Amino acid sequence: MKKFTKLTSAVVPLNIENIDTDQIIPARFLKATTREGFGENLFRDWRYENDNQPKADFVMNNPTYSGQVLVAGKNFGCGSSREHAAWAIQDAGFDAVISSFFADIFKGNALNNGLLPIQVSDEFLAQIFNAVDNNPKSALEVDLENQTVTIVETGAQESFEINPYKKSCLINGYDDIDFILAQKELIAEFEQAK
Amino acid sequence: MSKTLVEKIWDAHVVKSEEGFPDILYIDTHLIHEVTSPQAFDGLRKRGLPVFRPKQTVATADHNVPTLNQLLPIKEELSRYQVDMLTKNCAEFGVELYGLGHPFQGIVHVIGPELGITLPGKTMVCGDSHTSTHGAFGAIAFGIGTSQVEQVFATQCLLQSKPKTMKIEVNGELGKGVGAKDIILYIIAKISAAGGTGYFIEYAGSAIEALSMEARMTICNMSIEMGARGGLIAPDQTTFDYIKGREFAPAGEEWDKALAYWKTLYSDADAKFDSVLTFDAADIAPMITYGTNPGMGMGIQEHIPATGAQPEKEKLSYQKALDYMGFDDDSSLIGKPVDYVFIGSCTNSRIEDLREVADFVKGKRKADNVTVWIVPGSKQVEQQAKNEGLDKIFEAAGFQLREPGCSACLGMNEDKIPAGKYCVSTSNRNFEGRQGQNARTLLASPLTAAAAAVTGKITDVRDLLEKVNP
Repeated sequence: MKKFTKLTSAVVPLNIENIDTDQIIPARFLKATTREGFGENLFRDWRYENDNQPKADFVMNNPTYSGQVLVAGKNFGCGSSREHAAWAIQDAGFDAVISSFFADIFKGNALNNGLLPIQVSDEFLAQIFNAVDNNPKSALEVDLENQTVTIVETGAQESFEINPYKKSCLINGYDDIDFILAQKELIAEFEQAK
Repeated sequence: MSKTLVEKIWDAHVVKSEEGFPDILYIDTHLIHEVTSPQAFDGLRKRGLPVFRPKQTVATADHNVPTLNQLLPIKEELSRYQVDMLTKNCAEFGVELYGLGHPFQGIVHVIGPELGITLPGKTMVCGDSHTSTHGAFGAIAFGIGTSQVEQVFATQCLLQSKPKTMKIEVNGELGKGVGAKDIILYIIAKISAAGGTGYFIEYAGSAIEALSMEARMTICNMSIEMGARGGLIAPDQTTFDYIKGREFAPAGEEWDKALAYWKTLYSDADAKFDSVLTFDAADIAPMITYGTNPGMGMGIQEHIPATGAQPEKEKLSYQKALDYMGFDDDSSLIGKPVDYVFIGSCTNSRIEDLREVADFVKGKRKADNVTVWIVPGSKQVEQQAKNEGLDKIFEAAGFQLREPGCSACLGMNEDKIPAGKYCVSTSNRNFEGRQGQNARTLLASPLTAAAAAVTGKITDVRDLLEKVNP
């Protein structure tokens, strides 16, 4: 799994609430049997016309905005459990997603792929959107070790929560299977006792 | 110590619990399908691992399958490849597959219960968010991502933090023309598409207890649409009667033993929930959605809420949803023309749903402007419908009874709603493009969908019921 420790980057702002996984990656693109290549269809129907021409008003098609951090409105990733949503975001070059609220399954899927979901307060989210409105190149610093996210220009900072186990997985690049496989004897004992 | 139902089942499945780590939770049954499993099988190959407990794993093909001429090769190349891949993977790893042509094939959340695989007290997972359906039997059932599918393949366990618990009580009697789908759409409209996030929900109260198993599955199915990890209902005599005699249900001495355990599965009277909500069944009208998430629903006689009444920072998203749907705020949907009616999906494709629709449309005919697809949840439901002569009723009404699959719920196969068209759908999601690019979905109950099919427009089904039974 991809490691995550610290990054400083400009952001791609998507100030829409309840962005569901069907918007992130529509079902018709779920027919691939590998994990790669979903990035080109990330936000497909918001990003492209039917004839594959980029929609000029979508933020990912605006060269003013770029970066490894996607910032979105609350309840990001609701709906389907498709892990393809996390794969698509990562494949498109993002390493972290910031929102004031994440749907559970999406959050788990992101963590299992080294894509860091950062939940901030509504107020801090509004500050980030404001900073980017004023200066599209405004950068954020994300520090996983210290669990902080900082708006570089203003110095405004907020801490975020993360399960300590998942944090160490991200920092070290471990996944859950490695962890559970080490407990196989316990699992067999559990089955015996059942 | 008194416990909630979720805690009882959870605690009975914890292999290891350690401070600072998620629990290692044992999974009794793993359901898989063609869309979210191939990368997980690949992961096993890369690690050189087998499926640890193949006998606790059941596969079916449902998301991509055509709903006409299912025995012919699948026309769409990528869909065919994905379904073939499932067949190959199941053969290689020793997993039972109820694929196309098998009498048990169907939507994964329909076949589990009807085969007696879904049982009270079990832990069940599937790479599909509507796995919460199985909670109707008093099981802990939830959707997982593909990395977790691989975890369960490899270890029959998952790393999971214990969820918070919420109790939602619905008491009293439902009005005429109001059913389980209306209850759940009502609850989601009240608490929003994110109102259950982080919780496992137990549904209780006299209105829930009065429901059939099919209706309970409809309720639990849509738990995810308010963000909840899962939803469940304590098993009772209705549950036991439904399970008894099914293909893989315990029998003989095993039945007696199982039943004794199942009867201990309820929340203790003084158990503490993290949140409790109470609703009155009499307040619930036939529901319909007007927007692009399942929380945007209302009683069918109500007006779409005014944009001006939305919180300031939500106005933009709210108006975007209404623009997509082509609806004005503060307007009624009654009388709006409809192009398609879809009766199907893991929410409402069981025999009881088909019976209810057939009973309503018997002797009626669909409106000329509407295309009606009825997609049964499984081969068994399809066969049962034919045995009961429902197919003849549908045919006479101009409804097309197709073959089982997920179909137009998510349009991964050919069953797509064309751009700009309105579809009254018994499925679970009205997201933009969910049923086809730029398709417009209005979620409703099977009865409300049938009423739209017959009149060709959004209709309060109660008006039609009163004409039949004054």
